[in-house]
Amino acid sequence: MNNKISSLAPDYNQYQLVSLSLLRLLIGWHLLYEGMAKLSNSNWTSAAYLLDSKWIFSGLAKWMVTSPSVLGAVDTLNMWGLTLIGLSLMLGLFSRWSCIAGAGLISIYYLFHPPLVGLEYSKPPEGSYLIIDKNLIEACALFVLAMFPTSHITGLDKFLQKD
Amino acid sequence: MSEKNSEQTNQGSSKQDSGLQFERRDIIKGLTAVPAALLYLWSYYKKKALDKMRSGEIMEELSLRKKAPAVLKNKKPGDLIRLGVIGYGWRGAQDLKAAGFGNPEWAAKAKAGSEKNKLDKRFETYLQQDDLNVALTGVCDVFSTRRDQGVAASISTVRPNSIQPQTEPAKAYLDYQDMLASDDIDAVVITTPDHWHSKIAIDAERAGKHVYVEKCMTRTMEEAQAMHDAFSRSKMKLQLGHHSRAAASHEKAKEIIDNDILGPVTLVEITTNRNSPGGAWVYPIQWNSIEDYGQKYVSKDLFANPKSLDWDRWQGPAPNKVPFNLERYFRWRCWYDYGTGLSGDLFSHDFDAVNQIMDLGIPKTVSSSGGIYRYTKENFPDLIEHERDVPDNFQTILEYPDRNLTVIYSATLTNSNYRGKKFMGHDATMEVGSGLTVTPDPYSTRYKQKIADGIINTSLPMFAYSPGSKDVDGVTSATAKYFAQKGLVYTYKEGKRVDPTHLHVADWLDCVRNGGQPRCNIEEGFEEAVACHMATESYLQGRRVEWDPVTKRIV
Repeated sequence: MNNKISSLAPDYNQYQLVSLSLLRLLIGWHLLYEGMAKLSNSNWTSAAYLLDSKWIFSGLAKWMVTSPSVLGAVDTLNMWGLTLIGLSLMLGLFSRWSCIAGAGLISIYYLFHPPLVGLEYSKPPEGSYLIIDKNLIEACALFVLAMFPTSHITGLDKFLQKD
Repeated sequence: MSEKNSEQTNQGSSKQDSGLQFERRDIIKGLTAVPAALLYLWSYYKKKALDKMRSGEIMEELSLRKKAPAVLKNKKPGDLIRLGVIGYGWRGAQDLKAAGFGNPEWAAKAKAGSEKNKLDKRFETYLQQDDLNVALTGVCDVFSTRRDQGVAASISTVRPNSIQPQTEPAKAYLDYQDMLASDDIDAVVITTPDHWHSKIAIDAERAGKHVYVEKCMTRTMEEAQAMHDAFSRSKMKLQLGHHSRAAASHEKAKEIIDNDILGPVTLVEITTNRNSPGGAWVYPIQWNSIEDYGQKYVSKDLFANPKSLDWDRWQGPAPNKVPFNLERYFRWRCWYDYGTGLSGDLFSHDFDAVNQIMDLGIPKTVSSSGGIYRYTKENFPDLIEHERDVPDNFQTILEYPDRNLTVIYSATLTNSNYRGKKFMGHDATMEVGSGLTVTPDPYSTRYKQKIADGIINTSLPMFAYSPGSKDVDGVTSATAKYFAQKGLVYTYKEGKRVDPTHLHVADWLDCVRNGGQPRCNIEEGFEEAVACHMATESYLQGRRVEWDPVTKRIV
């Protein structure tokens, strides 16, 4: 994988490297804290978010909530997923996998709660959104980071390279 | 970019020379994340420490336990208690379900509901109820359909906790005196309209039966006094059916009041907020023939008519006797002949909650006002034939000068905006429903320093309690939601969802078996009844009324 990263990675100038690495660090920081904050709150559950789901995945969301074991698994995956993805991005360790996993996870959040015209949610959003929200932007940013990796230069992935 | 390329070429030749070795500059680049990670860790622990300090200081200041309040523990069911139910209508069926006898019709509907909507947990909650070791040996009702339904419930095969179905059906009674005279009844559940409560309860006490009676305890002040005289000296255990006494949030609210977290509480606001014909007790009428019912489907077995319903016996002690009238039978809460309207029906719940949390007792003075503003024949010509005489908007003010406290009850049956239950102190406000929050007051004296130090934020609750917060409730109807907000539908016991009525019935049975006084015994019941009757009398007389503690009369 790391060989591939190196071979696929374009050559960056300093500004490109700094800005892409900074973006990776900032998103990593955000996801790591999202995960750790949930892990440290024994009462946290995704149930309320899922119950408020609209659009094509609302049925799936309600099914998840009705089964305590499924909900428990969803909550655990969420908490640990966010934490590990965040940590991986911060440290630049296996970052490409994390970018793809993070983009997927956050896209799921978007798909369960898309701010489409006509959909209203019981919890008011923290900003004003029309179709595009911060989840979608963060997912896209992670996808960009997967395409323009930096961890082989400014992360621990550097030390895993075999060439 | 050309400089970069030449740099990378140099790096490549360097690596070739030294295998996996890196130049110092590369190592520094590769470890770029380390300072960021350290900064993160430092910020994380700083935030955690601050949160912990704030939370710890608040909890220390409040002297509150973080855990859930102590829950009612059912003692081991001892000897079998044989129950009889008098009045097997809507509430009678609910109370018997709480004792472990859900009727088959309800069970079928609840099961279908849970299959259709996985969030509907009524059936699951019922099946998980504890075994209270009771038999249902008698069912008394003046309406044969309901009597039969009660008997069917006694031999229902859908029992909670894998209890074996009862083999013998309950005996059916038309006259409750026959049931009270029977040797195979130890205790009775009285779920008739209010106008029958005191007479049946007093007769049951005389017959040596324990009593669980629904609220309002009585229809009049004289009846309340008679019940107090009968039960305050009796060995028979009386429980008044204020099941919200078993709500976990009420226990926590009491702890907060006892710890003086709110400072001096001078105002308590309690409310009723409903906005539907059902909420205003304009229930569907089950007509006496299929022709009357028109296109609407109704089971023929449910028809009420002079043959199936003993009207004279139902009217019994009601002050005004009227000819057979199904509207009055099915919607009895709309007339003072049978109940006390908003006072005894809904104010009683909230008053009892405040009495439980604050040990209020009987108010010194009460003033009420209100009117029938919407549920009239004119506004609902297709629904209402006979006008009600109880108000659909009702406001009442209770004064406790010895406690420097006013309690305001504001009720409307014409708007469902939820206003909750608020305990307003100089230092903080507590809102109580199925959970509770305590929000500090910006002008608090007690929390002044902590507010100034930024430890307490006045825009947020400083304490919140949400029982069973990881559970998911499937409350669907508006009325069910209303009751759930008030903590009347479900509460939580050791993380498990339970019907508070089940806990309330269990508490009564524990006292019957093991002694002690039930949680809502004759003393609390008397205080509830007096407060309700003062509110009613004030409304009817159009003046402020006062309680005379010497003569024990409303003056």
